[in-house]
Amino acid sequence: MTPLLQVEGIAKFYGSRIGCTDVSFDLFPGEVMGIVGESGSGKSTLLNCLAGHQKPDSGCVRFDTRADGLRDTITMSEPERRMLSRTDWAFVHQHARDGLRMNVSAGGNVGERLMAVNARHYGDIRASAIDWLSRVEITEDRIDDRPTAFSGGMQQRLQIARNLVTGPRLVFMDEPTGGLDVSVQARLLDLLRGLVREMNLSAIIVTHDLAVVRLLADRLMVMKDGHVIETGLTDQVLDDPQHAYTQLLVSSVLQV
Amino acid sequence: MINIENVSKSFILHNQGAAEIPVMQGASLKVAAGECVALVGASGSGKSTLMRMIYGNYVTASGRIMVEDVDVAIAAPRDIIALRRHTLGYVSQFLRVVPRVSTLNVVAEPLLSTGIPLDEALTKAQELLARLNIPERLWSLSPTTFSGGEQQRVNIARGFAYPYPALLLDEPTASLDPTNRATVLAMVNEAKGRGAAIIGIFHDHAARDEICDRQFDVTLYTPGLVA
Amino acid sequence: MSDYNFAYLDEQTKRMIRRAILKGLAIPGYQVPFASREMPMPYGWGTGGVQVSAAVLTPDDTFKVIDQGADDTTNAVSIRRFFEKTAGVAVTEATLEASVIQTRHRIPEEDLRDDQILVYQVPIPEPLRFLEPSEVETRKMHSLEEYGLMHVKLYEDISQHGDIATAYAYPVKVEGRYVMDPSPIPKFDNPKLEMAGIQLFGAGREQRIYAVPPYTQVVSLDFDDYPFQATKADHACDLCGADDSYLDELIVDDTGSRMFMCSDTDYCRTRRKAGFVGAQGVPYGEDAA
Repeated sequence: MTPLLQVEGIAKFYGSRIGCTDVSFDLFPGEVMGIVGESGSGKSTLLNCLAGHQKPDSGCVRFDTRADGLRDTITMSEPERRMLSRTDWAFVHQHARDGLRMNVSAGGNVGERLMAVNARHYGDIRASAIDWLSRVEITEDRIDDRPTAFSGGMQQRLQIARNLVTGPRLVFMDEPTGGLDVSVQARLLDLLRGLVREMNLSAIIVTHDLAVVRLLADRLMVMKDGHVIETGLTDQVLDDPQHAYTQLLVSSVLQV
Repeated sequence: MINIENVSKSFILHNQGAAEIPVMQGASLKVAAGECVALVGASGSGKSTLMRMIYGNYVTASGRIMVEDVDVAIAAPRDIIALRRHTLGYVSQFLRVVPRVSTLNVVAEPLLSTGIPLDEALTKAQELLARLNIPERLWSLSPTTFSGGEQQRVNIARGFAYPYPALLLDEPTASLDPTNRATVLAMVNEAKGRGAAIIGIFHDHAARDEICDRQFDVTLYTPGLVA
Repeated sequence: MSDYNFAYLDEQTKRMIRRAILKGLAIPGYQVPFASREMPMPYGWGTGGVQVSAAVLTPDDTFKVIDQGADDTTNAVSIRRFFEKTAGVAVTEATLEASVIQTRHRIPEEDLRDDQILVYQVPIPEPLRFLEPSEVETRKMHSLEEYGLMHVKLYEDISQHGDIATAYAYPVKVEGRYVMDPSPIPKFDNPKLEMAGIQLFGAGREQRIYAVPPYTQVVSLDFDDYPFQATKADHACDLCGADDSYLDELIVDDTGSRMFMCSDTDYCRTRRKAGFVGAQGVPYGEDAA
């Protein structure tokens, strides 16, 4: 089976400082990969390189496009990459305001990606927006409200709806539950679990929270100082960590 | 069927002075379809460890663990996940669930992840819960607040929801009263009957002797314990 | 003539502006940056339009200036006098007689011919500006034809007001490629953007020139189920009786009585000269117009 994403030898340096180096993996349809590490581990740098927000210094990121098969997204032209990031890819930011238009209504936020691919019927766009808002548990009466009137958890769910409306196959998430209250986090994680399964999404989730990866990720990559130090099945890496740092990380988690 | 060949494992605790704890060496075991093998040995001799190695939850340092045609010791994560979905079931000692999922959905989930439609999965889940005497009023609640025995029965229902060709059972009759114990043993027998290869850990010797065809003594392969 | 170079600007500046105009005509609707000069009127008073006019005027031209359709407002008069002085060109108030027409916020009611040039004064050339404040980002959107955001604005209008509320500066798509702000003309004028004349747009403060060549396709953005409508006040001109021209509304006394009259003063006057009289009008010649 062709991998959905083929990452080979990604490296990014800031002068002599290592952002991330020597990262390679294949991601298949329906797989969720978690990338964990503490601050400075390089996980966000890696995510940005994969998602096309930053250009890596070396390596390639091949994506299985619908039309042309595996294409290296790093050498792709910018219009193509931007189109990809609006249709087949999605990016959920840690802070909803980075992923939403705060001065546009919830319905407009969800409809924007549809309008960007030439949806031209107001009624249909609005119906899609209502449908997606309900899937992320935002009631219809909030469709014309601005995100500034939403709580943090709602903003995050709106961000998810906005991203998923075009049926992407790969979702990048950067600390999707960071900064949210615990109960709100829980609700969001349940939602993400359900959507990933329903839509057979592949996802790459960067987080420092091991509980999030245990819940959402099939595979896990542990990073430290820009290097991948351990990778494998999530429950295996968490229950039987081999590397010293992974053991330290796992044993540091507070048990409730 | 399950074929374990010459597997070894040790734990290295890097943060405790790199202490190395060897737990298994050179273990081999073959379980045929329709067979039920009991793992025996003193507490701490590696029974659960071996079970987790077969499930892919623990790393196998050397050797092969063949489940059908997948070598769990070296398989890629997605192959192990596929195996766990369609081939290898595991009823662990403790119920581990997402806190906000209803009992019914907990039991239905293994079916849903194989693509079985929701209503069919829920019906099957209801049948199993009823058979294991979980009252209907509890079905919509999360099992995290249930008693030990109830949790264990939910765990079993989940483990038996899908007809896995290979099953790992870790203390399936612990905390059960005689009625439910009998139900569980009947379910294991049914699994045997349809050709599942089963490995189990039973504290309950009577249960073990009732359904297991033979025993496998892990202490024979525990370094330091071998006389 | 005068001590000024013809039409005030030096020849090199005119060359630079003409190059920008040619680029604009070659890529209809695309905003061409240009080095806007200091003019003897402040920003916001038509410097872009004046620079474009100065670059296209020749000694044989006849020049007309309108401001919201009227030839006789202070600004229209000032600009007309400016070019009389610095270029010595003939001036007129009659649309049909002019070869170059500079306008602020209206298109003349009379259809323009293919030997006429219409120069628009533009305050904010970027149609996406109020949705996306970053110039870097809007340039990318234009170059990649990413106009989803423009429809988001229209969507927001409909969700808030029940209909597309934009009444002027209504965005258009030019020749199927670039989205353009037609300057703050009323949406009633949008259909006239498809014309035989050359249309040039100048924004002095923002330093952009864009153009629409004759017979270019200009389509106002809308939704399939909320199509564009060129609306005007549901009234006829009270002076000349025209029911197809854009109207100004005038409150005439302190009891709220109102009068509607053609915003295009030349159009109204021409009709009245031809004998048309509106509901509150008097025959031409009887008043001091």
